[in-house]
Amino acid sequence: MNNFFHELRKYPSVIASLILISFLIGVSIYAITTIPYEEAKRLWRGGEEIWYTNPRQAAPEWINWFSKNKQAVSFSLRTTNPGVSRTILTEENGNSEIIFSIPFDYQYDSFPQELMIYFSSTFTAKQPYADVTLITPDGREIHLNNFALINRQTYRLSQDDRLTRWLRNDNVLQALFRDPQVETPTPLKGSYSVVISAYTFEANSTVDVELVMHGTLAGWAGTDHLRRDLSVALLWGTPIALAFGLLAALGTTFTTMVIAAIGAWYRGWLDELIQRVTEINLVLPFLPLLLMIGTFHSRSIWVILGATILLNIFGGAIKTNRAIFLQIKESPYIEAARVYNASDIRIILRYLTPRLIPTLIPQLVTLIPTYVFIEASLAVLGLGDPELPTWGKVINDAFVNSAPYQGLYYWMLEPAVMLIITSLAFAMLGFSLDRIFNPRLRQI
Amino acid sequence: METSNATPPTLSIRDLRVWFELRRWGFGHVGDVRAVDGISFEIRPGEAAAVVGESGCGKSSLMKTILGLYKPRTGSVYFSGEDIHAQGRKSIHAYRANVGYVQQDPFAALPAFMNVWQILEEPLIIAGGHNKANRQDRIRQVLEEVKIHPIEDFLPKYPHMLSGGQLQRIVIARAMILKPRVIIADEPVSMLDASVRVEILRLLRGLQQSHNLSFIYITHDLSTVKYFSEYIFVMYAGKLVEKAPIGRMLRNSSHPYTQALLSATSDPEAMNARVYKEVPSGEPPSLVNPPPGCRFHPRCSKCIHGLCDVQDPPEIHLTPQHQVACWLYSQR
Ligand SMILES: Nc1ncnc2c1ncn2[C@@H]1O[C@H](COP(=O)(O)OP(=O)(O)OP(=O)(O)O)[C@@H](O)[C@H]1O
Ligand SMILES: [Mg+2]
Repeated sequence: MNNFFHELRKYPSVIASLILISFLIGVSIYAITTIPYEEAKRLWRGGEEIWYTNPRQAAPEWINWFSKNKQAVSFSLRTTNPGVSRTILTEENGNSEIIFSIPFDYQYDSFPQELMIYFSSTFTAKQPYADVTLITPDGREIHLNNFALINRQTYRLSQDDRLTRWLRNDNVLQALFRDPQVETPTPLKGSYSVVISAYTFEANSTVDVELVMHGTLAGWAGTDHLRRDLSVALLWGTPIALAFGLLAALGTTFTTMVIAAIGAWYRGWLDELIQRVTEINLVLPFLPLLLMIGTFHSRSIWVILGATILLNIFGGAIKTNRAIFLQIKESPYIEAARVYNASDIRIILRYLTPRLIPTLIPQLVTLIPTYVFIEASLAVLGLGDPELPTWGKVINDAFVNSAPYQGLYYWMLEPAVMLIITSLAFAMLGFSLDRIFNPRLRQI
Repeated sequence: METSNATPPTLSIRDLRVWFELRRWGFGHVGDVRAVDGISFEIRPGEAAAVVGESGCGKSSLMKTILGLYKPRTGSVYFSGEDIHAQGRKSIHAYRANVGYVQQDPFAALPAFMNVWQILEEPLIIAGGHNKANRQDRIRQVLEEVKIHPIEDFLPKYPHMLSGGQLQRIVIARAMILKPRVIIADEPVSMLDASVRVEILRLLRGLQQSHNLSFIYITHDLSTVKYFSEYIFVMYAGKLVEKAPIGRMLRNSSHPYTQALLSATSDPEAMNARVYKEVPSGEPPSLVNPPPGCRFHPRCSKCIHGLCDVQDPPEIHLTPQHQVACWLYSQR
C-alpha cells in the first residue's frame, strides 16, 4: 500500500485529478450538509415567494472582479440583520411608533433595477400606518410614500406612479440614486438609508419590514429566468452527478464482469446466449432508447439510472472481459481450486473476478464521467428529473431562454465548467490508474 | 505388479484414453489429439511412481484426467476400487478430498491476490467441518511440515513476496492440507533453481514416506527420479512403453526408447541432465495421426519391419513387476 502511494506521486496528473475530485466531493458534502435535500427541492421548485429577493437573470457577483465598471449587487436586509435598527416608542393609549432605519452602502457604477419594501403586520381592527423616507449620502431626505398597511404588502419603488410624476422621471430608481451634480446620469456612491416610521394603534399590533434591492448581479452563481439562485443547482448538481456516475459505473462494471465470468466459465448455451444478447444490445442505439424511456415512461432519475445500467451491462466490455476470463480460466491456480473442490460460484467470484480488478478499476473510473454526461445530456434535452436541481437542467433552461443570445454566458458556462471538471478529473485519474495497474502500457 | 503386493491399490487406472477433439470453425470434427491412448497402472499406499517422458507426450493430460479435471474418452480411474466418475460430481468430490495436486509452475499455481493464510485456508473452508481455531492449527501444522518458518512472518505474505522455492513449499502445503492419500506432482521442480530442486524433492519424498502416501511424480528429467519412486513408468506418445521398479529399470531397461533415454546420460544421477539431450534422433510422432503399429518404430534402431510398423505391440511381463510394450520380447 505504501508502495502504491509512492508510485502515485510519480504521476502529477494523479495529484491534479485527486485535487479536482476532492473539490467535487467537498462541494457535495457542503451541499448536502448545508442545504438539506428537502430544502434544496424547496429552493429549486419553490415559487415567487421564495425567489422574490433575487432579480431575474442576474449575473454572478464575481463579474465585478473583472470589470472596472462595478455593477449593482442585489441584497436583502431584514430587521435581524446587523446595522438595521428598530426603535419602538410607546404612547399611553396603546399607540406606538416604530422607527426602522435600514442603512446600506452603495458603491456601484450602475443603477439598481428595483428597490422593494416588504411589510408584514398584525392587527385586529385598526390598520397600522407607514411612512417611507430615503436618505441619500449627501444628506437629502426624500419622502417616498406613506400608506396604511395590510397584513402583507409590497412597496415597489419603480411602480410608484406618484413618485414618477413627482420626480419627473420614468425611471424612479435612476432619479433617486443619481448624483444631482453630474449632467449624465451617474449613481451617487455612499451610504444610503431607508427610514420607515410605522404607527400602530392597537396594543398587540406589530409591523416588520424587509428591504430588497435588485441589482444587475446576484449571489456567487447568478440567477435564472425564474429568479432562482443557480448556486442551489450548481451545489446540489454535484452530489447528484457524482452519485449517478458512480452508481451507473459500479452497476454496469461489476455486473458485466460477473456475467462475462459466468459465460466464460460455463461456456455452452449460456455463453452463446450472453454473446448473442450482447451483440443485439450493441446494435441498439442507447441514447435514443433512453430518450424514449424519458419521453414515454418516466423522467425519474432512478428509472433513468436503472435503464442506463441495464442497457450498458451487455456492452462491449462483456467481450473483452470474457476474452480475459477464458485465458485465466485455464490458470494452474484455478485448476488447483477445482482439485480442492471449490464450487463454480466460488471460483467465479473468488478466483476469476479478482484477477480482473486491476484492469477494471481504471475502466470504472473512466466510465464515471461518461455516465455523468449521459445524465446531463438527457437533462439538456429536457428529460431531466423533474424534482432535482441538476447541471443539465440549468443548461437546458439557459438554452430554452436563449441565454447565449442575450449574452448571459454565466448561465450556461457555470454548469458546463462543473461538467468539464468532473470529466477531466475522472478521465485523468482513470488513465493514470491504468498506467499504474497495467505497467506494460507505460512505454507506449 | 498386480500380484506382487497383497494390499489393494489406492489408485488404479484402467485403459485410460484422453482424446481432445480438433474442430474446424468451432464445429465439424477434424480429428483427435490422442494425448493419452490406453494407459493402465496401479499404485498402492506408500508407493511412488515416476512417469517419465518427453515434452508433449501427454503426461499432464494423464495427470489431469487422474485428478478428474478431464473426462476420459474410455477407461476410468478407480480410487479404493471405486470408479471416480461412477456418481458424477458427488463421487469426484469425495475422491478429490483425498488427492493433493502439486503443480509445475509455483508462480502461476497460487492466486496472486490471496495471502498465504487465505491460500491455505481455502481448501479447509471448502471441505467444511473446521472451525477457525481448527483451521489455524492445521495451517500451522502443515507449514511446519513443509519447513516454512517463521510461520507468523509468512502468513500475511502474498505470492509475489516469496521466492520460487518458498512458493513451491506453499503449493505443497496446500496439497497436503486436507491430509490426502494420493499426491500428484506434475514436474514439481522443473521451474525452480537447481539449488532448491533437491531440497524440494527430498521434502516431497519425506512427506510421502511419513504419511504413507501414494505418489505420482511426473518429470521429463530422468536425473531427478532417484529421489523418488519405487517405480518408473516410461511414457511415449500417449502410451506407457515400459513399467518397472527403479533398480531394475536402471540396470535392465528393455524398451529401445528407455535404453536410448538411459544411455544418453552416462550418469543418470547428474542433476542437470535433461531428457531432451538424451532422446534418440527424430521427432516425437504426431498425436493426431500416430504412426501405425508401435509409435516408436520410426525412430527405433531395432525396428522389425512388417511387424512393428503394422501391429500394436502387446504388453509383455518380463517379471511380475516389469512390463514392456515391445515386439522384441514377444518371441522369448
Ligand atoms: N485442452 C487441450 N485441448 C487440446 N489439445 C490439448 C489440450 N491439452 C493438451 N493438449 C495436447 O495434448 C498433447 C499432450 O499435452 P500434455 O500437456 O499432456 O503434454 P506433457 O507431456 O505434459 O508436455 P510437457 O512436458 O510440455 O508439459 C499436446 O500435443 C497438447 O497440444
Ligand atoms: Mg505438462
